[in-house]
Amino acid sequence: MKTDLKWHLRVNVKAAIARAYVRVVGTNREFSWIFFDTLLPLLGTAAYVYVYRAMDAPEEYVGFVLLGGAMTAYWMNVLWNMASNFYFERQGWNLELYFIAPISRMAILAGMAIGGMFMTTIRAGSLLVLGSMLFNVRFNVSSVPLVVLAFVLTLVALYGLGMLFSSLFLMYGREAWHTSNLLQEPVYLLSGFYFPVRALGFYIAIAASIIPLTLGMDAVRQLVFSHLHFSLFPVQVEIAGLGVLGAGLLYAAAVALDRMERAAKQEGRLTLRWQ
Amino acid sequence: MAVGSRSAAECWRTFKLAAWLGWQMESNWADPFLFSIYSIVKPVSHSLILVVMYLVVRGQAAGGGLFAQMYVGNAFFLYVGQVLFGLTWVVIEDREFYQMFKYMYVSTPNIYWYLLGRSFAKMAIATVSVVIVLTFGRVFLRLPIHASTVDLTTFCFSMFFGMVSCIGMGIGLAGVMLVVARHGGHASEAVAGALFLLSGAVFPIDILPRLALYPAIALPTTYWLEGVRRGLLGSGMGQTMAVFSNRELIVVLAMLSLVYLILGTLTFVMCEKTAKARGLIDMHTHH
Repeated sequence: MKTDLKWHLRVNVKAAIARAYVRVVGTNREFSWIFFDTLLPLLGTAAYVYVYRAMDAPEEYVGFVLLGGAMTAYWMNVLWNMASNFYFERQGWNLELYFIAPISRMAILAGMAIGGMFMTTIRAGSLLVLGSMLFNVRFNVSSVPLVVLAFVLTLVALYGLGMLFSSLFLMYGREAWHTSNLLQEPVYLLSGFYFPVRALGFYIAIAASIIPLTLGMDAVRQLVFSHLHFSLFPVQVEIAGLGVLGAGLLYAAAVALDRMERAAKQEGRLTLRWQ
Repeated sequence: MAVGSRSAAECWRTFKLAAWLGWQMESNWADPFLFSIYSIVKPVSHSLILVVMYLVVRGQAAGGGLFAQMYVGNAFFLYVGQVLFGLTWVVIEDREFYQMFKYMYVSTPNIYWYLLGRSFAKMAIATVSVVIVLTFGRVFLRLPIHASTVDLTTFCFSMFFGMVSCIGMGIGLAGVMLVVARHGGHASEAVAGALFLLSGAVFPIDILPRLALYPAIALPTTYWLEGVRRGLLGSGMGQTMAVFSNRELIVVLAMLSLVYLILGTLTFVMCEKTAKARGLIDMHTHH
C-alpha cells in the first residue's frame, strides 16, 4: 500500500512536470509571444492609465491599473490555457492519451498550471516593471511576506477555479468555449481590475468575491498602496478568505472532474470533437 | 495566390458562403435566448468598466462632455476588437482546432475572400453589441444622442472607411497568423489593445506623450472614432483633432484606410507565400 502511494505520487509528479515542460519549451521555440504578450498588452493597459489622467484622477490610480493589467494576464491564462485546455487537447487528439495514462487528471492540470504560470509571470512581471518605470508609479509596501502570501493564495485559488472550469470541457464543446469568452469583461468589471472593487457597492463586491481575483487584488492593493483607504475587508480577512477559496475550489475541481468525466463517458461525449 | 486572380462572381460566392458558415459557428451553439444574453452581457460589462472608473473619480457618470465622448469611442471600438479577432482567429481555429484550413485552402477559389467572409459574422455581432451599448447609454446614462442633431453624412462615411481600415489591419494580421504558432492567436487582442491606446478611443490623444502622438495621427482608427463622435454627439474629443473640419477628417480617413487596406493585403500575400514555401499551411502546434 505504501509502495503504491509512493508510486502514484512519483508518477503524478512526473506527469505534472512533463506537461509543464512541454509548455515551457514550446514557448521558447516561438519568440513572437515576447512582442505580442509583453509589449503590446502594456499599451492596452496604458490606455486605462490615460483614461484616469484624462479625468484628473489621483496618481495612485495608475498603480491600480497596472496591477489590474498584470492580473489580467493570469485571468486570460486561466481561461484560455487552463480551463479550456481540455477542449484544445481534444481537438488536437491528445485528450485520449491523458485518459488512458495511469495518472490523475489533476496532475495534468497542475502541469498546465505550472507551465502557464511560468509564461504568464514573465508577461505580468514585465508589464508591471515596464509600466511602473514608464508611469513613475510608487509602491508603498507595508509587508512583503503578506504580499507574497496573498499573491500565492490568489494564484492557487485562481488555478483551482481554472481546474473546476476545465471539467466543463470534458462534457461540452463550444458552449464551454463561449462561456470562457463570456467570462472576460464581466470579470474585469466585477473583480475591479481597474478600480477599487468597493466602488461597486458592498453587496455586489461580496458576491464577486467568489472569483479569487476580487479578494486577491483588493488584498495586494491594500498592501502595496498602504497609505490609501479603499479596502473591502481587512487584509487578514481577505487572505483567510483566499485560503478557504483555494482549498474549496481545488476540492470542487477534483469532484467535478470525476463527475464530468463519468457523465461524458456515459453520453459518449468525452472524445467527441467539433461539438 | 493573387488576391484578385479569380472572377468577381467566384469571390462573391466564397465570401457569401464563408459569412454564412461564420454566422452558424458564432450562433448555433446556444438557443436564441441564451445567445441574446451572451450578446448583451459582454459589451455592456465592457462599457460599465469605464462608467465605474468615471464614477470613482468624478462621483457621477452620466450625461455629455468627456463622459459621452469616452463612452461612444469605447462602444465603437468594439468593432476593432471583433474584426481583428474575427480575421485572425479563423486561421488559428481552422488550422489548429478543426484542422480544416488546408481543405478550405485548396477548395475555395480564393482564401482571402473566405477569411473576409468569416469575419463578416463577427462584424454583424459587433454591430448588435454597439447598438446595445449605445441604447444602454442613451436610456440609463442620458447620453446626448438625438435624432435631430446626428450628422448622418459624417457618421456614415466614418463608419464605411473605418470598417475598410479595420479589414486592412485584420487581413494583414491574419497573414501573420499563417506563419506563427497557435499562441499567436492572442495577437489580435494585443494589437487591439495597442490601437485602443493610440487611437484615443477613451481619452483625447492630446495627453499622449509626443512620441506616441505620431503613430496616433497615422492611424485611421483615430480619425474614424473622431468621426463617429462628431457624427453622433456633434463634437469631437481634444485639440489635436479639432484642427480638421468634418470634410477634412473624412478625406484623411479615406486615404489612410486605403493605405492600410493595401498594406494589409500585401502583408497577407507575402505571409501566405512564406507559409506555402515553408509548409506551414497545415501546421499544428500543440504545446
